[in-house]
Amino acid sequence: MPKYMLIMRGTDESNAAMMASIEEGIARTRLFIEEMMKAGVLLGAEGLDDPGQGVVVDFSGETPVVTDGPYGETKELFGGFFLLEVASKQEAVEWAKRVPAAPGSKIEVRRVPEEDEVPQDSTVQR
Amino acid sequence: MGTADVEAVWRIESARIVAALTRFTGDFGLAEDAAQEAVAEALVSWPLAAPANPAGWLMATARRRAIDAIRRRTALQDRYALLAADPAVDEEIDPDKIDDDVLALMFISCHPVLSPEARVALTLRVVGGLSSEQIARAFLVPVPTVQARITRAKKTIAAAGVPFELPPAGERRERLGGVLSVLYVIFTEGSTATSGDRLLRPDVAYEAIRLARTLAALQPAEPEVHGLLALCELTAARFPARTGPDGSPILLADQDRRRWDFSAIRRGLAALTKASTRGLGPYGLQAAIAATHASAPSVEATDWDRIVVLYEALGRVAPSPVVELNRAVAVAMASGPAQALAIVDELVASDQLPGSHLLPTVRGELLARLGRRPEARAELELAARLCANQRERSVLLRKAAALG
Repeated sequence: MPKYMLIMRGTDESNAAMMASIEEGIARTRLFIEEMMKAGVLLGAEGLDDPGQGVVVDFSGETPVVTDGPYGETKELFGGFFLLEVASKQEAVEWAKRVPAAPGSKIEVRRVPEEDEVPQDSTVQR
Repeated sequence: MGTADVEAVWRIESARIVAALTRFTGDFGLAEDAAQEAVAEALVSWPLAAPANPAGWLMATARRRAIDAIRRRTALQDRYALLAADPAVDEEIDPDKIDDDVLALMFISCHPVLSPEARVALTLRVVGGLSSEQIARAFLVPVPTVQARITRAKKTIAAAGVPFELPPAGERRERLGGVLSVLYVIFTEGSTATSGDRLLRPDVAYEAIRLARTLAALQPAEPEVHGLLALCELTAARFPARTGPDGSPILLADQDRRRWDFSAIRRGLAALTKASTRGLGPYGLQAAIAATHASAPSVEATDWDRIVVLYEALGRVAPSPVVELNRAVAVAMASGPAQALAIVDELVASDQLPGSHLLPTVRGELLARLGRRPEARAELELAARLCANQRERSVLLRKAAALG
């Protein structure tokens, strides 16, 4: 069945807004997770730590280069995800609309390809 | 908003809407009709003007339709007055109450007064939020048949005076067993289609898994619910490897285990752990067998002795000829075909699985392994004649032919 990842994309402002009432945010997210569990659609959910605590492994050169960060603008950075198994893209979008996300943030809805869409053994003729 | 958007909202909201309406009207059939009218209205009006709050819109519209219906029944004037005076319908957001409502809906849909077919159709419709068309497609029956089943089921429930409430504690576990068996029937239909030309219908199996997850979230303290969920997840984990590119079945021994869905295996194992708190029941034992397969790198490296023991345990808690036949297969792997043939011959002698293709299939395989080729061939040909699934039948005929 189709799987979709709802990817949370915060901004500095939305992250700050979330941190301002973090306990309420956590409580609302818990309720939302519970709701998705009761609907039988949730496969996984994780939040990510402060991007400043992360590292970036850069493959631009011949050998991977490890740097601290990413620093700077958090726009376009992932803050966490929900992994859902649903009947349709519309259903994934409908769930995305219900995420208790902080104002200003965005949620990206991306399909996880099915096993049979991934190229398999080259001997298999289609 | 298009049809698919309406369907998406409906899938998420249908159980709660039907459940809430049933509680407020005390009439399950009426609640279901009103909910269906609301979704039909949504399909017409949302593409023109999408509501700001689709879930609230559906609930409010369904409630109005329910009131209209009751108003038409003059004999029920008093109930209408009661209902109209109660403003709290759509504001009601007590999560515990909603959970109990949805659970009560599952118990009604799987009520023992209904035929097995009606239970399946009703569960998919009111708890799963599927349309009659979707159910008909899933079970390869005409749409009017599904509609008739649902209509009859609602009348049966009304006639039997089935109350909208959770079964009393004393009956709960037994009734829960009935709910689990309906979900398992749906799953089985999806994992081995009983007819038609496709071996798997993953969409049907997925509906069962989704409903099992819902049940597990609502009844977390019931080990067998987790057992069923584990069984479904672990079985579904093998789907990607079970058919070839042309849809033909691939036997366990020939499956590319790298194609198994390891996330599903992990979820299945986690559910199995939850199922193991007080010793495994029938679903938990079957899940444990599936888990043994799932964690083996190959057929040869599978812990067949453990599987034999698990089938013995299953045979004690839920004896059936199919369990016995599966035990024979495991015994053949653990201790050789001769011992297994003795078990199978006993099943044949007592005519335990009349008309089933499974018995001659296994017997044929065992005879082939014992080098008794003409007998093996005759058994496999018999199995092919009895098999209703075209895909399986062609595999059987191929094997028979290979025996010369």
